[in-house]
Order: sequence, then structure tokens, then C-alpha cells
Amino acid sequence: MRTTRVLSSLRVVSGVRAGGTGRAGRVVRAVGAGLLVLGAAASPAVADSSPSASPSDDGAAPTSAGTSFRTATEVDQGQQATASASMGDYLYWSFPADAGQRPTVKATVKLPDAHASATWQVDVYDGLRRRQACQYGAQTRTAAQDAASVELSCTLRTVRAWSEPWADDPLPGTYYVRLTTVGLKAADLGLPVSAEVQVDSKDVGGAAAVDGSLAEPLVPGVAVAAKGGDSDEDSETSVAVLSSIEPDDGWASGWWSDRWVWTGVGGVLAALAGVGGYTLTRGAGRPRRVPPSA
Amino acid sequence: MITRQRLAVGACALLAALTAGIALPAGAVAGEPTGDAAPKVDLVLDVSGSMRARDIDGQTRMAAAKQAFNEVLDATPEEVQLGIRTLGANYPGDDRKTGCKDTEQLYPVGPLDRTGAKTAVATLAPTGWTPIGPALLKAADDLEGGEGSRRIVLISDGEDTCAPLDPCEVAREIAAKGIGLTIDTLGLVPNTKLRQQLSCIAEATGGTYTSIEHTDELTDKVNQLVDRAADPVVTPVAVDGADACAQAPTLKSGLYTDREEFGQHRWYRVDVPAGFELRASVSVAADRQVNRDYGVSLRAVTASGREIVRGESTGSGRTDVMSAGLRYPKAEGEDDDDSDSKPAAEAVCLQVANSFSAASGVKTTPGLPLELTVDVVDAPDTSSDVASFGLGRGWWLLGALVLTGFLAGVLWGWVSRWRVAVWRTN
Repeated sequence: MRTTRVLSSLRVVSGVRAGGTGRAGRVVRAVGAGLLVLGAAASPAVADSSPSASPSDDGAAPTSAGTSFRTATEVDQGQQATASASMGDYLYWSFPADAGQRPTVKATVKLPDAHASATWQVDVYDGLRRRQACQYGAQTRTAAQDAASVELSCTLRTVRAWSEPWADDPLPGTYYVRLTTVGLKAADLGLPVSAEVQVDSKDVGGAAAVDGSLAEPLVPGVAVAAKGGDSDEDSETSVAVLSSIEPDDGWASGWWSDRWVWTGVGGVLAALAGVGGYTLTRGAGRPRRVPPSA
Repeated sequence: MITRQRLAVGACALLAALTAGIALPAGAVAGEPTGDAAPKVDLVLDVSGSMRARDIDGQTRMAAAKQAFNEVLDATPEEVQLGIRTLGANYPGDDRKTGCKDTEQLYPVGPLDRTGAKTAVATLAPTGWTPIGPALLKAADDLEGGEGSRRIVLISDGEDTCAPLDPCEVAREIAAKGIGLTIDTLGLVPNTKLRQQLSCIAEATGGTYTSIEHTDELTDKVNQLVDRAADPVVTPVAVDGADACAQAPTLKSGLYTDREEFGQHRWYRVDVPAGFELRASVSVAADRQVNRDYGVSLRAVTASGREIVRGESTGSGRTDVMSAGLRYPKAEGEDDDDSDSKPAAEAVCLQVANSFSAASGVKTTPGLPLELTVDVVDAPDTSSDVASFGLGRGWWLLGALVLTGFLAGVLWGWVSRWRVAVWRTN
């Protein structure tokens, strides 16, 4: 009974909105229009696929690279990190990636004037130093003899907020980029090269919004760093941390996704459709026998 | 993005009541590194007779090195303790035995007096032999003490002339003894043999090798290396893994280092309380010439020997390091709920194994450098659904909801019409 009353009152409101003429067609049309409006309202969130990372102005881009996981240079997404190095060096950078992002690592190596052909490779590792697969992109490329430069790229899988512990899906946290030559002639060892690395990511949005979340992002040494915030008794906290990386706007809490919009809009549309369906069965508006003043 | 943020804010406001009881995951605490131990750098310069060769930008190698040193000494960061050691600077004779002991501390490692250091460098003249091995050993002694990072920068124009002491083996021994000691090598106008020897020294300690043909390259590289020493890094804690789980050392969250020989197993223990997650990652570095295919595995095993989870990786070709990682969240109150005392910690054993191998001539001791990261953090929120909060998304969802709503509305309408009809009839 209660539901009937609610539905009836909704119908009255719809009737008023539709101009008070009491035509069922109007109601249906109004519902349709509402649907369109709601769809339009939801669409910005739906089609949220614009590249999220824009070059950040705060802090200059790093001009050197680390030589191991431990010494990896931290780079923000969108920043172009440069480094001068020698052929044969292993160059490491680290960047933060948050849930819903699909990072692409692009690396360009400028080679010396004269050199034999050399194979270059970019590898991406997650915060647990697990190698992450590249979905696509030229991860390994051989530079021909005396080629001026070689370009590499690696697009990771979408970073999820949660995955089963036995899986090696990308999770929010630190990611390491290792750039090196995997095949070179001995005579080229030590020649000067310069490398550029940039990480951009596509925001995949709600399509990748999974349930569950990590208590801490997959940042190495996060347990030690967290302890340092609580107490000073641990001597390890006074020294450098393994990775102090964090996205510009902090790690996502994992609560928000455009699934809320979709589901909410869906609920509203279902209600409106319910009203529409109910109205159809009631015939054309008010019964003719009832005078308008009643 | 703005739309998204606004929506997020709105949603946060709406959900405030819901979320009040649930703590949001805290972000990583970005502790500012405040290394109290000064980084130490020892520049080891070859002053052997061959440095007289006039082939770097039209000047002698010695002159180029002096010019580079002057510029480096000007640019050295305040916090770096810099020292200079020479090799082959004093003994011009032919006696190999004496010549191979010829290494001298030109300027001691300590707070830098730029003028004094420059004066000392100016006195150098190309003289004697090239005892790289002994010089490295002495340089390692120069850097003794302190907790900061330690770095040797070796600049040489000729390979070691003091066999049978292989400088590459020396470097590996030094790296195995001292923690956080790196040797970077620079070859001045190198030939194949020098390149091979210097890159071997660098590889053995996780350093870099660079060929130098011009003075500015030398200056830039040494500056870069000194700056790199000044970057604060976490110093790992040395630990000695056991051969079996029962004897394994117990580790807390942190960074550890150890050595592991070819085919050896290393065991460590970590106590994981209920409601916490163990994150462990291990890197085994290939600090010598190894065979083409290799792998590393990290297994988490219960005290009784049951495997919980493993991380493994394999590779092929040239590499510096092979790494694997795993996470193991221990569910809250998974076992024995009857004891309502404090949650018992489970002792998880970590087994590190490697499948590196080397040709028969390669020395197997000391073992390969192993780096282990252990983090014990709060366990993650478990997932009850594939989708976030079980919410839906997409046009199919909207279609299904609209259809369901419409059918429900029609049904309800018919039911109420029928009821009215029944009521009228009565």
C-alpha cells in the first residue's frame, strides 16, 4: 500500500511536470528526456579516459638515474627524467602508479656517433620487484650500427586497487623502470649515452574499479617509514627511506569510482521506468469521470 | 579531472556517515632522509708512466686528470668526505715487487680542504707501475668506519700490471666485506683489456664503468659519481641466512643483505601477526660472469614445511640483478579463535634460491650479493566482489535496471487495477 501511494504521488508530480494535461504520452516523453539528461550528466564520468598525467611544474625533473633498485631516482608521472650514462650501465628510475591508471613508460636513448649495433631494453618492476609484463610497446629494440637513437616503450596492465595475494597483478605503489643494453659489443662498453624517460598514464576509470584495497600501497620500506611516524625509538627511521614516492594528489582512498554514478543513475532510471510502466497501465491520465477540481 | 574530483568530494560528503567507522588507508609517510653519517668518496688516480701519453684533447692524460680533479674539487658537495689516493706515483724503478706496493694516500678521506687537495694534486707526475689491486685494498681501508655510503672512483689508463692479484677478485672481496661500498671505474682511452678489467671491477661491486676520451667527459662523470655518493640511500643490514628454516634468523621490517652461492638456499624467518601482511622481495645480483639462463625464487613456507606462496622469476642474457617478490596477508582470527589472548604471530620462513651458474673458471666464493626487503604491514581489506562495493557499470546495467523497473511498474499497475476492479465489483 505504501509503495502504491509513493508511486501515485510520483505520478502526480510527473503529471504536473508534463504540463498538467494528463496525457500519458507526455509522461513517457518526460521520462525519456530525463533519461537523456541523466545520461549526459553521467557521461563525463563515464568517458573519463583523458590522459591524467600532465607535466607537473613543482620540482625540476631529475637529471640523473640510479644504478640499482635501492638507489633508483624518483620521477613523477608526466616528468621527463634525463640522465647521462655509459653504455652498459643499468639505469633505474621509480615512479608512483595508483589504482585505475595504466602507465606507459617511454624511453629514448641517444647513442654516441660511432657504435656497433646494440640491443636496448626497458623493464618495469613493481614495488615487490616483480617484473611486470608489458601489454604492448617495443620493450626491446636493436639499434642499428651508428643509429643516433633508439626509442622504447612499455605499456603496463591497468593498476588495480586489490588483487589476490597469489597474483602478480599491478597494484598501487612504486614502480621501477630499468633501462639497459642487453646486448652490446665489448668495444662499445662505457661509451657515453644519454637517456630520457617519461611515464604517462591513461586513467581507465570505473571499468577497472575492483573491490577491496591495500592497507598500504606497495611501496618498499613502507612499514619502516610508517613506524618512524609513530615513534623515534627505531634507529632505522633516521636514515633515508627506500622509497618515499607518492602521487601528486596522494594515494586514492579507493572509495570513489564512477560506478557510483552508473548505479545511482540506474536506480533513478529504474524508478522513472517503474513510474512510466505504472502510468501506462492506468490508462490516459485521470479518469474522465472525476472533475478537475476534485 | 575536475568533474571527477567534484564528484569525489560529493560522494565523500554523502558517504561521510558510512565511512565514519572505517579508517581510510593512510598514505605512505615520506620521511625526509636525514643521514647523519657522511658519505665518503675515495678517488683513486692512476699516476703510472703511461699517463704521459698525449692523447686527450691534445694534452697529456695526466694534465686532463689534473684539470678534471680541480673542477671536481670545486664542485664537491659540502657533506661529502673526499679523499684522494694515487697508484704508481712514487717508484720509477723496474722492480716489480716494489712497484706493485706503490700506492699512497695523497689526501686523506675527511672534510674537504679544497685548496689543500688541489695543491696535492698539482704535485703529481706520471711515474711508475699500475698496482690496481693493492690500491683498491688500501682505498677500502681509507673508507673504513662511518655509516654513510662509501664509493671508490678508480681512474686508470692501463690494466693492472701486478698479477697474479686479480683486481676483479679484490673488488669482489672488498664488496663482500664492506656493506654499501661501490667501485666505479673510468678508463682513459681504454683498450680491450683495460675495458674488460675495469668493467669487471665495476660489475663486482654494483658500480659503473665509463670510457673517457675527453677532459669534459672525465669532469662530468667524476662529478656525477661524487654527487651520487651524496644522495642518501638506505644502508642494508647484514644478516646471515641459515641453511634450514629451524635455524633461520628472525627478521623485522627492513632492508637486509646477505651472500648466496650458486645453487645455495638461504632461509630467513619473519613473524607475521594475524591481521598483517608480509611483503618480501629479494634481489640476487650477478656480480660476475654467469651463464646465459638463470632464475631466482622466493618461497614463503610455514614452520611445518607447507608452502604458502612463492615468487619466482627467470631471465636470460645480460643482467645486473634478478629479483622476485611475494605478499602473504594473514587473515585475522583464521586459526584458533578459542585463545582470546593477543593474536599469535605465525612464523613464516622465507627461502631464497637461485639458479645462477657460471663457467668452470669462475670463482664461486664469496656468494652472489643478495638483497632482501621485508615489510610487515596491515592486511588489506578483503574483496567481497569483483567490482568496487559490488556496484555496477555500463549501458547493459542501465538497460537491465530500466527494464526491471518498467516491468515492476507495469506489474504493480495491473495489480492495483485488478484490486480496484475487485473492490468496485464488491
